[in-house]
This record gives sequence, C-alpha cells and structure tokens, in this order.
Amino acid sequence: MGEISQPRLIKKGAEACLYLADWHGRKVIMKQRLPKKYRAPALDEQIRIYRTIHEPQLMHEAKKAGVPTPTIYLVDAKNATVIMEYIEGEQVKQLLAKVSENTRQKLCFNIGKLIGKLHKNGIIHGDLTTSNMIQTPEGKIFFVDFGLGEKTKELETRGVDLHLMKRALQSTHFQFVEKCFDAIIEGYASVLEASEVKNVLDKIREIEKRGRYITERRGE
Amino acid sequence: MPTRTIDGYCLGIESTADDFSVGIVTFKGEILANVISAYMPPEGGIHPREAARHHAEVANKVLEEAFQKAGIKRKDLKVIAFSQGPGLGPCLRTGATVARALASYLGIPLVGVNHCVAHIEIGKLKTNTVDPVTLYVSGGNTIVAAFDSGRYRVFGETLDIALGNCLDVFAREAGLRQKPGEPFGAVVEKLAKGGRRLIPLPYAVKGMDMSFSGLLTAAVNLLKKGERLEDLCYSLQETAFSMVTEVTERALSHTEKKEVLLTGGVAANKRLQEMVKTIAEEHDAKFCVLPSQFAIDNGAMIAWTGVLAFTHGVVTPIHESFVRLRWRLEEVEVPWVK
Repeated sequence: MGEISQPRLIKKGAEACLYLADWHGRKVIMKQRLPKKYRAPALDEQIRIYRTIHEPQLMHEAKKAGVPTPTIYLVDAKNATVIMEYIEGEQVKQLLAKVSENTRQKLCFNIGKLIGKLHKNGIIHGDLTTSNMIQTPEGKIFFVDFGLGEKTKELETRGVDLHLMKRALQSTHFQFVEKCFDAIIEGYASVLEASEVKNVLDKIREIEKRGRYITERRGE
Repeated sequence: MPTRTIDGYCLGIESTADDFSVGIVTFKGEILANVISAYMPPEGGIHPREAARHHAEVANKVLEEAFQKAGIKRKDLKVIAFSQGPGLGPCLRTGATVARALASYLGIPLVGVNHCVAHIEIGKLKTNTVDPVTLYVSGGNTIVAAFDSGRYRVFGETLDIALGNCLDVFAREAGLRQKPGEPFGAVVEKLAKGGRRLIPLPYAVKGMDMSFSGLLTAAVNLLKKGERLEDLCYSLQETAFSMVTEVTERALSHTEKKEVLLTGGVAANKRLQEMVKTIAEEHDAKFCVLPSQFAIDNGAMIAWTGVLAFTHGVVTPIHESFVRLRWRLEEVEVPWVK
C-alpha cells in the first residue's frame, strides 16, 4: 500500500475516516476504520475486520445487480483499510434540498429503483441515507458505504432497510418526507413483484408500530 | 390563552411507568421539590395495572410531601403539568386523573408534557447545556435525539426493546436479586466488573437504529448453556453500550453539535458514561450526565417542561388531555427552543 500519496482527510465519520488520495495516478478514496477507544479491543477488532471485508463484497455484488458503486482497488483487512474509486458528483442530501419538486420526485423514483435492484438480488444496504448516495454529472446515482450491509432476502431486513430510508428522510428532509418516500416506493415497485412490494410495505407499517413499551416479550 | 407570566410555580406529575413522582419548580427553573415513589414488583417485570394501583395509592402522600418540601400551598400554583405519554396506559391515566383533578379544583391551566421531551429539558436545565445530542437510555426508551427546526428529531432508536429492558430481563432470567431501590442495571454492572472474557454476541446497529432483542435472546441462551455469569454481564454491557455509543457518535458527527447529554436510568452506569465521554472528547464536545434523581423518571422534569410550554402559550384543555401511549418525540413542537 506504499503507493498511496498525499492522503487528505475529507471526512472524519463516526465509523471510518475517508481520505482523498492519489494511488498509481488515480484519484482514490481510502477508507480506514480506526480503532474505537470506547469499545473493548476484542469487540472493536471483530467489528472493524468484519465490516472491512464485507463491504467490498457487497459493493461488488451491488454493481453486478446494476447499482453503481465505486470500484474496489484494494482491501487490507489487517489494517481495516479499503481503497476505492473516487466518485465525482454531489451528495443526494444536498441535491434534494435545492432541486425543483419535479426533479426531486424523479430522483427519488430512481433511488427507489436502485434499492429495488439491491433487494431483488438479496442485498441489504443497511444504511440508506441521502448522504450515502452520490449523483454524478452524467446523472448516474452511486450508492456508497455498505459497511452495515448484509446479504439476505428476508422480508424483515428489507422492511428495516426501507424504514431506515424513511427515517433518514424524516431527520434530514422532514419538509418533504411523504412525497419523497412515495416516489421511492414507486421506483422500488417498478423493479419488484407487486406482491413482494405489498409485503414489504406491510412490514414497514409493522416495524413502525413496533417500538417501545412491549410488555410481553414471550409467554412469561 | 395565558401569555408570558414571569413568575410562579408549576407542579408536575410523572407516571409513565413504574415511578410516580411529583415535582414543583419555579418559572425561573429552581427545583423546590422532586419526590419519587417507585413501584417494586414482588417478582417479574412491571405489570401496568399493579403499577397504576401503586400510583393511585401513593399519589396523595407524594403530593403532600412535595408541597411540604417546596414550602408552598396549593393556591400558590399557577399551572399543573403531567406526563401525557408515551408510556403504559393505566399508569399514565392515573397520573393524568390526579393532574386534571388538581387543575380543575384550583381553576388553573393544565399542560400535557411529552415524557421524552421532559428528559431532554431537565437535562439541559441541570447541566447548563443549550443544544445537545441526547442519548436517552432507560427501561422503556433508547433514543438518540437532537434539535432541528422546531422539534427534537430522533436520529436513532431501538427497533424493538429498550436497552434497560434488555439488561432487566437478562438479570431476571439469571435469577439475580436487587436490593430495595437498586435497579437491575446496577446489579449487572457490578457483576460485569468480574468479567474476564468477551463473549461474541449479536451486534445489531442498523443504520442509525439498534436492536436489542436478539442480543438478549443470545445472552440468555448462553447463560443456560453454562457460560460464566460475570463474563456474560460484561459482554452484554460491552456490546449493548458500544451499539448506543456508535449511534450517538454518528449523530454527533452528522449534526456537528458540541454537547452530548446522557440521561435515563441506564445513564447511571459508569461504563456507559466512560464510553460516551470518550466519543464526546473525540468530537470536541462537552459531555454531560445527569445525577440519578433527574436522569430517572421524575416529576421535576415534567414541571419544568410544563413551565417552558406554558410560558410559550401551550396549554392542554381538559377535553384534549387524554393520554397518548405512543406519542413520539418528534411529534412535539418545542417553540421555546430556538
């Protein structure tokens, strides 16, 4: 990995640090999961290595499913570091707030379509927020940060994934949650079977109703 | 509609779960009384009906004690506040009934307060914070929240049971005993100190949300298989606390706020405090934790939030004072926060 030059910290996230760097003449992102002092060392290592290995695998699968993701160049599990393609573009988080309603609806429809493709292929993103989506100048939407993702077709997990998307909209784009989420579901439904969509929507409602104050956990 | 009143007293009644509490505060934020009576089930968890019965039985005594401590009379009150939700139906209704009766009898306004908002507001008052990311962890709630555009937004929360509930149920399954007034969390914390080995348990952070039910089931199963209790308590704490700390750190990093407030019954846990303090320092944020009497469910927080609401023109007419079992934090407008 000695070929990395001029790494510049561009984001100190809670989970990892992102560096913009030059690698063999390419502009790359180096994602490094630094040890967390608050976690017990054994648990910390377990979490960081797991996510470092898992994330590139999922990103690769996502690409195969037709969802643009940065190309992975190098995985260094021991140092919990991944080197990947740098995507030039703008975060959907910023875009949503400034585009016209019409464009916003289209954008959300496309996002829903991409989520649908992921789910159809058994991929769960695990952290669907608008800051994890980047639109390139050509209008392609890239999904990044699969660190909390998993491979499953379980209805529950799909429901949680979409529920998270909705929650992310609620916390950062509360002005237009409903319309955006409806458009996402429309896009989602254009990829998956109607019956599957219905099941997921029922699941989301169930998840929303769940939550706190459950007094009977099991027949105690 | 009452407008800004500069001075007066507000009495707050808290009864969302196992505690019945009455607090009396001045409009300036001095806490004159905060009397808490906890319901202790003879065995098992909180039965809502039994807890409500406890509340009804102690209500008068707790009220009397609060007035005595505060050194004021009923007629000195300007407004009555009560926890309107979220919580256990029978418990909430008991508190609401007492509050309505008092307000009608004295002919003063009533203010229904959201329990989660109250935890944040008393936290801000007692720790002198202005705009914190709050981690509120108790037996009924696990929420990471921060203020944005008129409301406290929930950035992350549990998808199933609360962290405190996870610890409680595990302790009961392990046959642990608590001394009067000692929460199960404290028993688990003590045992965890004797933990030597970290046992892998499901670590479930999903986006900004968390799940503790799988963790609980796994821990209980391992206990039955004969794993050492101290190791399990240690591993349970490490795993569950890492989850809430991770989400809190992400909220902190996302909002770029400069204060972290830790509250709720579980906030008393020293290991959790240490973890949250670590991330606060890493993000150059001030770490604040509430003393237990204001971290657990208490009447003072309801009274103080009642003051904030009332002085900003919020009152709850009797016919709208029905309890709201699943009243979410972000449904509440908080015009007093800018």
